[in-house]
Amino acid sequence: MTGVNVVEIQSVTKTFPAGNVTALENIDLTLTTGEFVSLIGPSGCGKSTLLRVIGDLIEPSAGTVTVNGKPAKQARGDHDYGIVFQDSVLFDWRTVAKNIGLPLELLGWDRAKRKQRVDEMLELVELGSFGEHYPWQLSGGMQQRVSIARALAFEPALLLMDEPFGALDEMTRERLNLELLSIWQKLASTVVFVTHSISEAVFLSTRVVVMSPRPGRIAGVVDIDLPYPRTVETREEPRYFALVTEVRELLRKRGEHLLPEEEAALTE
Amino acid sequence: MSSYTITPGSVGRQAREWVPAIAVFVLAIAVWQGAIAAFHIQQFLLPKPTAIVSAFWDQRHTLWPAGWYTFKEALGGFALGSLGGIAAATLIGRFRALGNALMPIAIAANAIPIIAFAPIFNAWFDPLSPNSKMAIAGVLCFFPVMVNTLRGLTSVSPRQIELMRSYAASDLTIWRRVRFPTALPFIFTALKVASVLAMIGAVVGEYFGGSYDALGVLIRSKAQILDFQTAWAGILVASLLGIALYLAVALTERAVVRWAPENRPS
Ligand SMILES: Nc1ncnc2c1ncn2[C@@H]1O[C@H](COP(=O)(O)OP(=O)(O)OP(=O)(O)O)[C@@H](O)[C@H]1O
Ligand SMILES: [Mg+2]
Repeated sequence: MTGVNVVEIQSVTKTFPAGNVTALENIDLTLTTGEFVSLIGPSGCGKSTLLRVIGDLIEPSAGTVTVNGKPAKQARGDHDYGIVFQDSVLFDWRTVAKNIGLPLELLGWDRAKRKQRVDEMLELVELGSFGEHYPWQLSGGMQQRVSIARALAFEPALLLMDEPFGALDEMTRERLNLELLSIWQKLASTVVFVTHSISEAVFLSTRVVVMSPRPGRIAGVVDIDLPYPRTVETREEPRYFALVTEVRELLRKRGEHLLPEEEAALTE
Repeated sequence: MSSYTITPGSVGRQAREWVPAIAVFVLAIAVWQGAIAAFHIQQFLLPKPTAIVSAFWDQRHTLWPAGWYTFKEALGGFALGSLGGIAAATLIGRFRALGNALMPIAIAANAIPIIAFAPIFNAWFDPLSPNSKMAIAGVLCFFPVMVNTLRGLTSVSPRQIELMRSYAASDLTIWRRVRFPTALPFIFTALKVASVLAMIGAVVGEYFGGSYDALGVLIRSKAQILDFQTAWAGILVASLLGIALYLAVALTERAVVRWAPENRPS
């Protein structure tokens, strides 16, 4: 199962004509099946841009992105990926169940099949009794779990998450981290996860990709050799701390030209 | 277990919310009636509410058919203008260039007192047929509905569009599933405005000439022969029908746009 390339990014550069910003310069990155890769770096270093390029939501100025052996555009057409944003992006006029079922509707699943899958997903994110509620009747953490359930509902090969827990409090965030890991292991999907939190990146990932800004580049990659399943105790292991320090050093070393407040934000 | 079931408690609460408004209304009528008696105000300046109500009752067999005739004009104009407004906004929202060319004109047109064109419309269409009144009511409704619908269609969050694109959804699907539902609260706000404008358009259009069956013509001719009670009774009919149309739209809104913050059950 492992070893197959899910994402191949080859010398991708992205410049935005507006303001002549080079958001990404010469990015090379390969993700194999079942990997959990975090992108971390100071604000504006191009993490979201890289995620969008992978998902074919914007086109790179140069270079190629291949997803499951296909150009990204075709992969998008084939519904190869699910996306989760920092805010849950739920539709207020749809119930929780209908929000989760939206991609299935677009895929043309029939009602019975849809209902069965939506019920499974509700169980998976522990919202079994909230299917008929509306998004605005849920807490922020519950809404985010709905949006994760929606992204997973059609079993995309690739899950793209842009700071999905960024707006949540620390406790909810740690709980959802554990939930996300167990879901990821159950479904054996591949995840690209953008975060600002070093500890979150280390705790979740098989690999952490550290990026540096102006222009956005990959500053280094840290393999996280902590065993799965990771638990609350993982956060207390010496190896965990060593890896956190390694990522932090990498961020600091490549961040000489960071603004002081950016540096402060990264060292928590 | 729907969260929208109306409990007896909520009906009671709604009824109680109306109490102050009803009290003020009754008080205003009483002051009106009392002031006329106290200051000997002349009938043609302001008839007593009781006199208006008695005219309203005595002439109900001419007033209500006239009101119905005018109401149908207003309704026709409302439907045409609103549908036209929504259709135009959809086109403009879809084709940016069209919007860039038309929006400034539309906003300028929206600021024109369109009702001033009523005599012109009577000349363009047959002044005695309902068409000319429907046209003026329709044009009155068109602009606010178009401008608001367009605002609604374009106020969709970019994230929602990105999400839909990640599902490879077509523009049509995005319109149907995201843009239109997002625009609905805006559309209903405009429709409520339009429902009032439609009745105004039809009645004022009739002031400049129309069939003898029409309410506006009746109000004007009664005022000319100094039968002010009946003129006021006609205005009362126009008001009641205008309010009825407004309420119909507002109730439809509550049934359709149940997710809007103001319609959420607390
Ligand atoms: N649509 C756009 N038009 C112009 N410039 C853009 C656009 N999107 C991003 N940029 C620029 O590209 C750079 C990278 O932006 P990006 O959103 O990828 O950063 P990020 O790493 O996700 O930051 P954050 O951590 O704050 O979310 C920034 O300098 C930003 O100003
Ligand atoms: Mg970002």
